Amino acid sequence: MNNLTHLDRLEAEAIYVMREVVVECEHPVMLYSIGKDSSVMLHLAIKAFYPDKPPFPLLHIDTTWKFREMISFRDRKAQELGMQLLVHTHQEGLRNGLNPFDHGAAYTDIMKTEALKEALDQYGFSVAFGGGRRDEEKSRAKERIFSFRNAAHAWDPKNQRPEMWNLYNTRINKKESIRVFPLSNWTEKDIWEYIKRENIEVVPLYFAKVRPVLYREGNIIMVDDQRLKLLPGEEIVYRRVRFRTLGCYPLTGGVESSAETLDQIIEETKSAVTSERTSRVIDQETTSSMERRKREGYF
Amino acid sequence: MNDLLKFMTCGSVDDGKSTLIGHMLYDAKLLYTDQEKTLWQDSKVKNAEGHMDYSLLLDGLVAEREQGITIDVAYRFFSTQHRSFIVADTPGHEQYTRNMAVGASFADLAIILVDATRGILPQTRRHVRICALMGIEHFVLALNKMDLVDYAKERYDSISQDAIQMMKSHDVQSWQVIPVSATQGDNVTHWSVNMPWYESESLLSYLEKVSTLEQRTNRSFSMPVQRVSRPHQYYRGLQGQVAGSAIKISDEIMVLPGQEKARIKTIHRGSTLVEIAEEGHFVSIQLDRELDVSRGCVLASSEDLACTDMFTASILWMDEQELIPGRNYLLKIGTKTLTAYIMSIRHRMDINTGELVSTDSLAKNELGQCDVAVSEPMVFERFANNKALGSLILMDRISNMTSACGVIDDVLTRSSHVVWQEMEITRDMRARQKNQVPVTIWFTGLSGSGKSTLANALEKRLVSLGRHTMILDGDNIRHGLNRNLGFGETDRVENIRRVAEVAKLMNDAGLVVLASFISPYERDRELAREILGEHFLEIYLSTSLEECQRRDVKGLYAKAKRGEIPGFTGISGPYEKPSHPDLEIDTGQCSVEEAIDRIEKLMDDVLMTHNGSVYQVEE
Repeated sequence: MNNLTHLDRLEAEAIYVMREVVVECEHPVMLYSIGKDSSVMLHLAIKAFYPDKPPFPLLHIDTTWKFREMISFRDRKAQELGMQLLVHTHQEGLRNGLNPFDHGAAYTDIMKTEALKEALDQYGFSVAFGGGRRDEEKSRAKERIFSFRNAAHAWDPKNQRPEMWNLYNTRINKKESIRVFPLSNWTEKDIWEYIKRENIEVVPLYFAKVRPVLYREGNIIMVDDQRLKLLPGEEIVYRRVRFRTLGCYPLTGGVESSAETLDQIIEETKSAVTSERTSRVIDQETTSSMERRKREGYF
Repeated sequence: MNDLLKFMTCGSVDDGKSTLIGHMLYDAKLLYTDQEKTLWQDSKVKNAEGHMDYSLLLDGLVAEREQGITIDVAYRFFSTQHRSFIVADTPGHEQYTRNMAVGASFADLAIILVDATRGILPQTRRHVRICALMGIEHFVLALNKMDLVDYAKERYDSISQDAIQMMKSHDVQSWQVIPVSATQGDNVTHWSVNMPWYESESLLSYLEKVSTLEQRTNRSFSMPVQRVSRPHQYYRGLQGQVAGSAIKISDEIMVLPGQEKARIKTIHRGSTLVEIAEEGHFVSIQLDRELDVSRGCVLASSEDLACTDMFTASILWMDEQELIPGRNYLLKIGTKTLTAYIMSIRHRMDINTGELVSTDSLAKNELGQCDVAVSEPMVFERFANNKALGSLILMDRISNMTSACGVIDDVLTRSSHVVWQEMEITRDMRARQKNQVPVTIWFTGLSGSGKSTLANALEKRLVSLGRHTMILDGDNIRHGLNRNLGFGETDRVENIRRVAEVAKLMNDAGLVVLASFISPYERDRELAREILGEHFLEIYLSTSLEECQRRDVKGLYAKAKRGEIPGFTGISGPYEKPSHPDLEIDTGQCSVEEAIDRIEKLMDDVLMTHNGSVYQVEE
């Protein structure tokens, strides 16, 4: 590959992967989590299939605890692009009032992992694109771009299908499925540089702004609605913060920052002293918690 | 210079491979503080003294950390001021050769760890061989543990001398030996004062500067078509990724196979119209005329690319199930998937020594050179000339596993193999003469399930109706045509292949063939189906084992139970039930008459839809 920039190579790889899936697989869907990685993935899909529209729907697993700005961004984007958006919530979990404060890991297991499995089964999707990157976490670093899952959606890390050159084997047996990660080889810095180069719109929460927050167990949590109850000794304060990742607002730690532009974000990313996942409350449990989740069917 | 370097590391645990990379990340301040904190904590768990164990940065799976080995490729990312890097850290054990190959197919450069106390070992040669096979052109030999040989120049010189021969034998042009200590950090990120005699750069500096732009010149444009976009009747875009040199608007290209020519009308990269598309660009190309182009076709500028249906390839076998000649697989090359037959294994290459050994099968992690035939002519190129059109994978039709990867060594052109004689009297004409549709009825089932009985009864019925038939029976064939074949796996596959080929010739002659063979393996029957094509009907006799044993017409079950017949189907050998038989009959539950009525009805139903007029005989 001569003279292609780093971003060009990553872009070409992701697009190649997406086209292979669409041509070879039945019923693909794109997991759309509204974050920066999803925004990049969606942008790549539009480039990959132009002048066609991406020939698959978007699926959002809504835990009902996402930032409000994410939901309005999601609905507006889907409409602008004229793409089908499926929103799925785990109804039983919702009825039982599962929430991130009282139910910890069970909340994530049911409202995210189980909800995802339920949605894939319900709609019969055999292939789902996800925005996962190998630089995020150790078990992801081991995962192939095409990650095969058995009928129970489980990942078997010790028996991964070899993946050679760009010759992807997309064949599966009945009931099996594939999670496909076109952004496997991108880093957080690549994502931001690409967002800048391609002028991709992202949720404003990524940019620093004065927001109502509270400090809890070392995390800066934004008070996005009244469901966040103050614990003794906590108070709502106004701080200039931004978010490096976006998820359920009670589980997403913000960082104090003054980065209001893409250039400032890129500078901040380059000089960051902690990895991105420190801002996700769920990943901090144990060294191998992500591997466990993936074996159970999480993305 | 390319601003992204993808490299891999090869070596066994003891060579300190993960430690080297871990140390590089650590020294170059490329770790986040939370990663560093986790590393410290994990190191304390691992060893009581609490020495920093850099390898824990890379081994990510629970099983790997528990066993202290690398099982699968891990990808790590870092960048310095000069370059971005992606490291594929690959396992070194021979049993994980296929995982090393995964890493090698991804990388531009390989760092091969060599233990300075031990020198170049068979495993070193294996690593270089696999990397070179997969197309890596740039190598670094990291001569590790220099601290344990007192940083001796003599050691470095003597190992470098051995390396020259090794690299030459793989035709590697770009390589460098760097003496390091992964645990102490010598020459990892900074030049080390402990080895003043080493005048070149540290490992990291070398990686920052090495040029991996491809040396090959005179490569013409080609692009395997990935997808055809047809959003409306005025646009038909051929989507794919450019391999080889650039192409621009109004250039003439050829569509292969088919060799029709056209000119480039428009080129899109995403939604942007461009004048020129270069290597690696993903594009959507519109031609100036409507040609029959679909996924798997190749656009090419060169007149030299030819289509063929045979080639020789070096195959790295990766499946638990052995490779046996005669089997067929799905082959993916570029964007084309087609059926491939492994015609023969020329030899196996010992992956440690490079020695060539004759063989009739390839086991997991073995490397061999094979002659391969494919079901239709396609563009194949030598891997050394064109990676995109010279690399392939083989997929198992039943398990869907990626069974092998391979690179094409030589393309066999039409003139170099037997050209099928176009016969003037066609199969169709012979069939018409006999007023029937030639078909092969394949009876499969346990010994004693009623295969021969049904074949004989059916033949009588068909002949009485004026049909022309022939019976092929396991015993008869084994006494004559296949007298030289035993019951081992290789011979069994060959047995079925010969029977199917004979049946095909008989079908070509216009006959209805009734074949009764136990044929216990699904893949063997699939092979027969593949050879015989659409006029193959599989009749599964599902008569229970108890019933078959009760009948025991030839007394074989009794013998088998006494252990006199090893591998006897149903007793000491498996029988794989057909997953989609055309008909299933339990002869324990119905009479012979009923059974052949059902088969006759099946023949009517299926064959009428294939070719109605021929089978309708006025009686």
